[in-house]
Amino acid sequence: MSVLTVRDLHVTYPPDVRAVRGVSFEVGPGEVLGVVGESGSGKTALALAVLGLSPAGARVRGSVRLRGRELVGRSDAAMSQLRGRDIAMVFQDPLSALTPVHTVGDQIAETIQVHAGATRRAARARAVELLELVGIPDAPRRARAYPHEFSGGMRRRVMIAMAIANDPVALVADEPTGGLDVTVQAQILDVLRVAREATGAAVLLITHDLGVVAGAADRVMVMYGGRAVETAPVDQLYHRPRMPYTIGLLKSLPRADGAVRPVPIDGAPPSASDPPPGCPFAPRCPVSVARCGDALPEPVPVGPGGHRAACVNLEATADLDAVFPPRTAARPAEPAPRHRRPVVLKVEDLVRHYPQRHDEAVHAVDGVTFDVRAGETLGLAGESGCGKTTVLMEILRLARPQGGRITVLGEDTASLSAADRKRLRRDLQVVFQDPFSSLDPRMRVADILAEPLAAHGTPKAKIPLRVQELLGMVGLEKEHASRYPRGLSGGQAQRVGIARALALEPRLLLLDEPVAALDVSVQAGILELLDELRARLDLSYLVVAHDLAVLRHVADRLAVMYNGRLVEIGDAEAIYERPVHPYTRALLDAVPQPDPLRERQRRRTPLQGDPPDPSAPSIGCRFLPRCPKFASLRSAGLRRRCETDDPSLRLLDLSVDRQVACHHAKEAR
Amino acid sequence: MTTYLLRRLAGHAVLVVLAASLAYLLAAAALDPRSNYADRNPRPPEAVVDAELTRLNLNDETPLPRRYAVWAQGVLRGDFGRTWQGEPVNDELWRRLSVSLRLLAAGAVLGGVLGVLLGVYAASRDGRVPERIITFGSFLLLAVPVFVLAVLLQLGAREINQLTGLRLFEWVGEASPGAGEGTFGPLGGFGDRVRHLLLPTATVALAQFALYFRYQRAMVLDVLDADFVRTARAKGLRHRDALLRHGLRVALIPMTTYFAYTFGLLLLGAMFTEKIFGWHGLGEWLVDSITRGDVNVVAAVNCCAAAAVLLAGLLSEIAYALLDPRVRRRPV
Repeated sequence: MSVLTVRDLHVTYPPDVRAVRGVSFEVGPGEVLGVVGESGSGKTALALAVLGLSPAGARVRGSVRLRGRELVGRSDAAMSQLRGRDIAMVFQDPLSALTPVHTVGDQIAETIQVHAGATRRAARARAVELLELVGIPDAPRRARAYPHEFSGGMRRRVMIAMAIANDPVALVADEPTGGLDVTVQAQILDVLRVAREATGAAVLLITHDLGVVAGAADRVMVMYGGRAVETAPVDQLYHRPRMPYTIGLLKSLPRADGAVRPVPIDGAPPSASDPPPGCPFAPRCPVSVARCGDALPEPVPVGPGGHRAACVNLEATADLDAVFPPRTAARPAEPAPRHRRPVVLKVEDLVRHYPQRHDEAVHAVDGVTFDVRAGETLGLAGESGCGKTTVLMEILRLARPQGGRITVLGEDTASLSAADRKRLRRDLQVVFQDPFSSLDPRMRVADILAEPLAAHGTPKAKIPLRVQELLGMVGLEKEHASRYPRGLSGGQAQRVGIARALALEPRLLLLDEPVAALDVSVQAGILELLDELRARLDLSYLVVAHDLAVLRHVADRLAVMYNGRLVEIGDAEAIYERPVHPYTRALLDAVPQPDPLRERQRRRTPLQGDPPDPSAPSIGCRFLPRCPKFASLRSAGLRRRCETDDPSLRLLDLSVDRQVACHHAKEAR
Repeated sequence: MTTYLLRRLAGHAVLVVLAASLAYLLAAAALDPRSNYADRNPRPPEAVVDAELTRLNLNDETPLPRRYAVWAQGVLRGDFGRTWQGEPVNDELWRRLSVSLRLLAAGAVLGGVLGVLLGVYAASRDGRVPERIITFGSFLLLAVPVFVLAVLLQLGAREINQLTGLRLFEWVGEASPGAGEGTFGPLGGFGDRVRHLLLPTATVALAQFALYFRYQRAMVLDVLDADFVRTARAKGLRHRDALLRHGLRVALIPMTTYFAYTFGLLLLGAMFTEKIFGWHGLGEWLVDSITRGDVNVVAAVNCCAAAAVLLAGLLSEIAYALLDPRVRRRPV
């Protein structure tokens, strides 16, 4: 018997946004149903409606049954008796989802007191137990801390502890791993598994990440435009998807194994306030036919295990490659061997410390050396807080760094005059992570693109033509020039960001997480565009990203950063194939893969602990506290070296382009 | 925390000195105590006036820096000089301060508490009839100057007194002479004082209420849709409980900052209230002293007000730290 049964659920937000349009599913005890969808697909609206927490003014229609009891239409008082006891939720952003002024112990204890009527003392003791269960070290003391005193991963654990406090029969987790580093993400998924085993709850796991679902879910429901477009057992869905959107989503996913190139889905998701009458995916679908526009397609059985897909043109989706044909690598052969090409960016021993009170300092960047040569892309990877964005910002300042030296196109930034600096800015441009917050909301696209041109003295008469040219270059239409950023989709806005960076014909582009804020289906399009532009305009890229799967498809060389230092740098292909530094290896191991079988069989060595605190001084290797290699070292002599001596980058082999900062790199090979 | 507060206190002390000095210099430069003697009949001889003014450190022929130096030395000893009539400022200052406190304390507390409570209530009932009525009322109160409000209240009170035939409300002074010697003894005296307090308290409270209400309502509206309130509901708290236990505590934090600003307005408003209801407090004294050109009194009252506002600022900082763990620094 299923624990949670949803039938024909509709959610409409005021004024007339149809967030969820007739979704049905059921989840059995101990089962995990993954709900996958991009932003605006209605997955969060669905979760809130299940708990009866839809915002004021929302209309909910249909049926939600928890162990046979109808939840839709219950009063707040009646629902509050169930919420937190029988059905609980793990929210997306645990910093804003935890009350800032109460200790986490009290917040967990409150959940218990509200329902079980336990004494304050007993509830607090239970809260400490729960914190231990979700893996918070030193739980009795940490229970008295406030949410802001926890790291992102630890706050997630607190959220989970709070949700399972009363052994609920159903658990809704909304993006439980969103915004976390891959290493921490793996830990949280483990905690979630522990939580499910401890409570035996039915789990609704909502995420945009197909990799997360592959390893954690039993069945998957794909949402698009407020509809459940495909539901299937997890293996079935990944190997034999039948709905074109699911196929496209899987094909657009960048993979860390580099097996296939991601294929973008063209177009943007439908508007929720004025959805098309037929299949919501029809406007973007490569195999759509006239019938698709007639009516909303109902999910029909297409395979074993309750595999259902809402598609009227099923005969066209039997062969996956026919729907979204795989693209062959269009990367041209490199013009010359690396050592012959000129260096466009050289960073030597770069240091950036941020002074704090009491003579402390955050060692954001602590001696980083690398170079970028003409026509190549260097990917800079690492967990949040490792200093990778600081490196980028230091280069962008074009000023004398705190320590070390930065040379851009042969010019030392320490000795630039103001006029030189402005001239050099033409050659060095940047693309930011969030396209919407980096574009002025009160400027039209045409003005945004004209601004750098005017600032650098392009004659006024030539500007409109150049703007048109730039729009064409990044794959936008002429009509986009007169729009404001809010009238663009995320992918289009990022294209404007790229066009703005290209306006002055730079030679070196710095990209800070260029696709991290975008939906998977449009990421591939941006990556393809960047690749094409680099070849056509003879650009060099420095790409900062946390996502190793994304970097695999753009980077020629890869640099991995940890706690202000590079730990490994070299040819990207080779590092992905054979990582040497234990940290690089752990990072690659932690990347979730969109393959249920591999994901389940995978050797799980998620790194323990959180990313380090860069203000804490360290002696010896910075990675030591989390290093699996160090833990496996038998001889005290070998261990002493790690404990006392901070390793610097060393060439692994004279013939290979690879430097590693590890005392035990040679044995690792 | 203690060192932090001490450092703030030192900073505030500097500000008080600065504010008081500026107030003195402005008053000394702008006011003309000499003109008081011009209206006397018979007019005293020039030399006598000069000698009297010099004795009181009010002589405009003495250079301003020297007058300031004399005044500042006195203040450092805790002596604010003498009034135009030659009385010590200090005695009168303390007496008037206590009158003002008696007048303002009840009104301020009542207005603040009422504003916060109704603010929360209105925010949780946003868009419904009771909320609209209170919001309209608060706008009306903000738009009406204190002196109009006070006079309107007096008119209303007179009507009620006439209708009931009782002296429910009194609106002149702090107490009626001889009230404590009636049938009920000291109890009657107390009752008389309360009757006198009703209207001024209502005036102060209403003005305060309108301000606090606007702030608090906006703050609660901000947290109404906050993620942590939703989390509290997901834990099984009813909407109202989630709002009170999680939302209100967070929404109160910015109020502590407003408290410092509102306190300044409170002092300003008290001037009119005291004048209209015939309470001999600081505000009334300040107004009268300005018309009389009584420089030392003006400077003393201003110094007092500056100290009070900064003290309120300090209190609001302490309250902020108590309410918000994020600004406290402590080892974890």
